[in-house]
Amino acid sequence: MLQIDSLSVGYPHKDVLQDISFSVSAGEMLALIGPNGAGKSTLLKAISGILPYTHGHIRVDRQEIASLSILQRARLISVVPQAQSLPALFTVYQAVLLGRTPYLGWLGQPGRSDHAAARQALTQTNIEHLANRYTGELSGGEQQLVLLARALAQSTPILILDEPTNHLDLQHQSNFLSLARCLCVENGLVVVIAVHDLNLASLYADRVAMLARGGLQALGTPQEVFTEANLRPVYGANVQVIAHPQFDIPLVLPDGPQDQYAPAGRGYRVQLDTPNNQPAYSAHTIGQFHP
Amino acid sequence: MQKTWRKYLIALSLLAAAITLSVTVGSVFIPPAEMLAVFLPGWGNLPAASSAHATILLKVRLPHSALIFLTGAALAGSGAAYQGLFRNPLADPYLIGVASGAGLGAVFSMSVQWPRQFFGLYAIPVGAFIGATLTVLLVYRLARVGKTLPVTTLILAGVAMSAFASALTSFLMLRSSGELYRALAFLLGSGAMSGWEPVRAMLPYTLVGLGILLSSGHALNVLQFGDEQAQQLGLNVERTRLLLVLAASLATAAAVSFAGVIGFVGLITPHIVRILWGGDYRILIPLSILGGASLLLVADTLARWALAPQVLPVGIIMALMGAPFFLWLLRQARLQIF
Repeated sequence: MLQIDSLSVGYPHKDVLQDISFSVSAGEMLALIGPNGAGKSTLLKAISGILPYTHGHIRVDRQEIASLSILQRARLISVVPQAQSLPALFTVYQAVLLGRTPYLGWLGQPGRSDHAAARQALTQTNIEHLANRYTGELSGGEQQLVLLARALAQSTPILILDEPTNHLDLQHQSNFLSLARCLCVENGLVVVIAVHDLNLASLYADRVAMLARGGLQALGTPQEVFTEANLRPVYGANVQVIAHPQFDIPLVLPDGPQDQYAPAGRGYRVQLDTPNNQPAYSAHTIGQFHP
Repeated sequence: MQKTWRKYLIALSLLAAAITLSVTVGSVFIPPAEMLAVFLPGWGNLPAASSAHATILLKVRLPHSALIFLTGAALAGSGAAYQGLFRNPLADPYLIGVASGAGLGAVFSMSVQWPRQFFGLYAIPVGAFIGATLTVLLVYRLARVGKTLPVTTLILAGVAMSAFASALTSFLMLRSSGELYRALAFLLGSGAMSGWEPVRAMLPYTLVGLGILLSSGHALNVLQFGDEQAQQLGLNVERTRLLLVLAASLATAAAVSFAGVIGFVGLITPHIVRILWGGDYRILIPLSILGGASLLLVADTLARWALAPQVLPVGIIMALMGAPFFLWLLRQARLQIF
């Protein structure tokens, strides 16, 4: 279980986030959402031990992560970064095997259990067929899966995903998140995922934490958090929340173009049944807004 | 993928050929059979070497070849390590100024009298090591832009530091009178020292430096994913970096102390190995060490043979072979193999 208590993180002389508290239990996926620069990555860096925190606590099964060594942390928390440019010189198998680093000695000589863990991670992410390919020649979606497999090989109870779907197309987004969902439930992992796309958060996460203006603005199920009252101060006054046609979850629609610049034949806004001041979902938040 | 043992077999065969070439070719040609007879007395029925040839081999050729061997190994090993450490394909002890810094340190400790009275030749690498370490830390500081280390700024900072260190070295040379020739040989990169004494003095530093680098292949692999990911994978990045910088600088310092400032071995060799056999640092480091020794032995043989009986500084030959390779590398739009 990951527990965060009145946490403040940031860079010297400037706190990016203040007084953050939430906890995520095993088998649960929490999505961190928020506009650009809201501090999603900062929070993830603090959890993974890259960024020291100034105040508060981050605990994994009651252990304060700041008091752990780099090696001990790496056995508890694995991170899937954004696949930007993986070094091209490794095969997929070698890259995944590097996930075993916290269990290897200085020489990095892998044993039988390490190979077994790497193989299993490849199987779980369905990329066994790529094992001997070089990472540099893979597509963005495949690279992201390699990084997920590497994190799985790390065999940690906590899995952090830093905007893993940013460079993926619609189908690969669903594939990746379904897989993450499956691993979360089947392996009983604590999963924290930073994601830009609110609808993906709504579809895949158990709960959502919305970061904005240096703090946690809302925390709860997608139904609780994705209300127009919650979203409009953060994402703009014309964000619409509608119900998903198939699942019982809210979907968030961004604002359209200004009337005079709209594509031909669409130069006006349809009057909605739901007036702007009556959100489709009722607000139920723990945070208060100060617009 | 080729089997690992086959890669080593090829590298070792090349090395054996290079050693044979280096030992047999010279002002007097010594047939390889006689060389074997001196190395392995009473083995098979080899023709016995004449005593003159045996003396030349043991007193002149072998110590010289051993020195060149260690120099090439040290420079190529540290070159591979710097490239992995800075995640920069153009990092090389010469180009990033470490070699010049080591040269300055070495010339400085030669021009000061007292350490040599106590430690003899062993004092020179210590001075070179201090010079090399200070230079690499300074270049790293100067070249870093935010969290990245761009190729261009690294080379520019290296060139600037190199010029600065060379100027100071020249100044020291003009001030001191006795060791002028040796200091000049430094700048040209010539293995000017002879006899077994420099080999003995160089060996411990080289072994320690290269030993650490040889054991760090896995850590270098992890570092290729960047500092953040390396730390999330459980590597103590700060400590590893420091250890590797010190080890690579120690190896460079040992080489520069006794063979002078020789460029491009440390640049070319790891790239050739990478192109041929991939970039896994656990085999890249040892194969670069073997390859660097072979390459420098061949270059040195050329240097002694080209205008015989005049001996060219090996640095000149190395630069003639290396500079075009360097330019070719710069022209590669994307350094994909890295």
